[in-house]
Amino acid sequence: MTLIDPKMAGVPRPPSRTLAQRAPDILVWGGVIAFLAVSFGPVEISRLPMLFSNSENMQQFGRELLRPDFTNWKLYVAQMWLTVQIALWGTCLAVFLAIPFGLVCARNISPVWLQQPMRLAMNLLRSVPDLVLGLLFIVAVGLGPFAGVMALALNTGGVLAKLFSEAVESIDRGPVEGVRATGATPLQEVVWGVIPQVAPLWSSYALYRFESNSRSATVLGLIGAGGIGQTLFESLNGFNYSQVAAIAIVIVVAVTLIDMLSQTIRARLL
Amino acid sequence: MPDAAVLSVRNASKSFGPRKALDGVSLNVSRGEMIALIGPSGSGKSTLLRSISGLQAIDQGPGVIEAFGGPVQSAGKISRKVRETRIRVGFIFQQFNLVGRLTLFTNVALGSLGRIPMLRGTFGAWPQETKDAVMAALSRVGVAEYAGQRANTLSGGQQQRGAIARALVQKAKIILADEPVASLDPVSARKVMELLRDLNASDGLTVVVTLHQVDYALRYCKRVVALKAGKVVYDGPIDGLDRERLIDIYGPEFEDAFWEGAPK
Repeated sequence: MTLIDPKMAGVPRPPSRTLAQRAPDILVWGGVIAFLAVSFGPVEISRLPMLFSNSENMQQFGRELLRPDFTNWKLYVAQMWLTVQIALWGTCLAVFLAIPFGLVCARNISPVWLQQPMRLAMNLLRSVPDLVLGLLFIVAVGLGPFAGVMALALNTGGVLAKLFSEAVESIDRGPVEGVRATGATPLQEVVWGVIPQVAPLWSSYALYRFESNSRSATVLGLIGAGGIGQTLFESLNGFNYSQVAAIAIVIVVAVTLIDMLSQTIRARLL
Repeated sequence: MPDAAVLSVRNASKSFGPRKALDGVSLNVSRGEMIALIGPSGSGKSTLLRSISGLQAIDQGPGVIEAFGGPVQSAGKISRKVRETRIRVGFIFQQFNLVGRLTLFTNVALGSLGRIPMLRGTFGAWPQETKDAVMAALSRVGVAEYAGQRANTLSGGQQQRGAIARALVQKAKIILADEPVASLDPVSARKVMELLRDLNASDGLTVVVTLHQVDYALRYCKRVVALKAGKVVYDGPIDGLDRERLIDIYGPEFEDAFWEGAPK
């Protein structure tokens, strides 16, 4: 006799789902598939074979990419350095924006009449991509790094304000009450009761945004906001794929270094 | 001993949803008294102390809480002048409520926030007077050697003594202690209670302390106020707390409220 007898009396049948229970799944997956099918034409997926049919272009591109041209390396490093500086100033200005706005957006320490409009304002700031902000600032202050700095500052300011306020919302109320019980003013409650509790998390968020801003600053260069992105764009336009390869290597190395550095610091903070 | 009432609570009620944490509580405290506030958990002890310090608003209605003759709150609204009162009222919390990432020194220096110029306090530019007062207070409570350490690296007993030092730097005339020993081991608990009694006896501070263990109330206080379901059920000298009274307050399992055995 086997241990598990399939014909054993009184054993219920394995569970099976009725059509009604399956309907939501079918609807969701059917919807996704229908959406993909409708989008097939507009995004020209039918041109997929051209990746291979126009292979001479690809081959030339590939060959030159494999022979990076570092003759102008001093320029690339200088431009990369400029990009990092754009990211640094953009992040720094963003932090100065995000500290007051993050505090007034926090549900637990800010009155509703102030908190709600501020949350809306920060949402708006976040919803504008930094590329669009960059274009606006290029119109306002002209081509160059400052437009990039301002674009990063506003977009990152909105993001950090949200992250900062979430950190404030998760603090322990006890120490704040301890400070309040000494007769402190509301500002002093924040300085001594709230900020010390959120400082490690805030620093970690700021560093992380610096990391991603060094990537964003590269992209901003493509629209003329200075730095290595602009150099990359000029080389691409001149079909100088060997130079493009060299620039790409500089970017990858620099961004990886910044990532590693910032992750090491963040690991120590938390 | 002068008999001026430094604290007065009249007809205060506080509800959390349908539950009444305080139900028409009245209490007068004279200068220099040391009062134990006892009662089973959920009886409203902590709510009463938090309301006296204005950390919490009582219900709308006739309730009034005054300290030093000035209003703390009335009709469910905390007074705009509550900060002036808080400066003179030290509060000791069960969980100490020091700011963990700040040093013990800074935590105790925060006691001076209400007394020093606003900007100095906000930026932590402590005057020499504050620095001296902090070290004197830390020596008094016996934790001066840890002044430079972060508060969250200290033991519970050390943190609670730091919290008392903060109240000393505050130059508080009244100390409200909410279960100050409930999170401490017996030895630390005794030290903290002795410190509170010493501040009462030597410095003439008024102390109101909520306690879980009736033993401590009997040993360290002269007057006991007992709460049950938000109402004052006993207010008088400790001698009046006999077996019947305790059963009335805590129910038949009243012995559980003692560490070292209940009175027969």
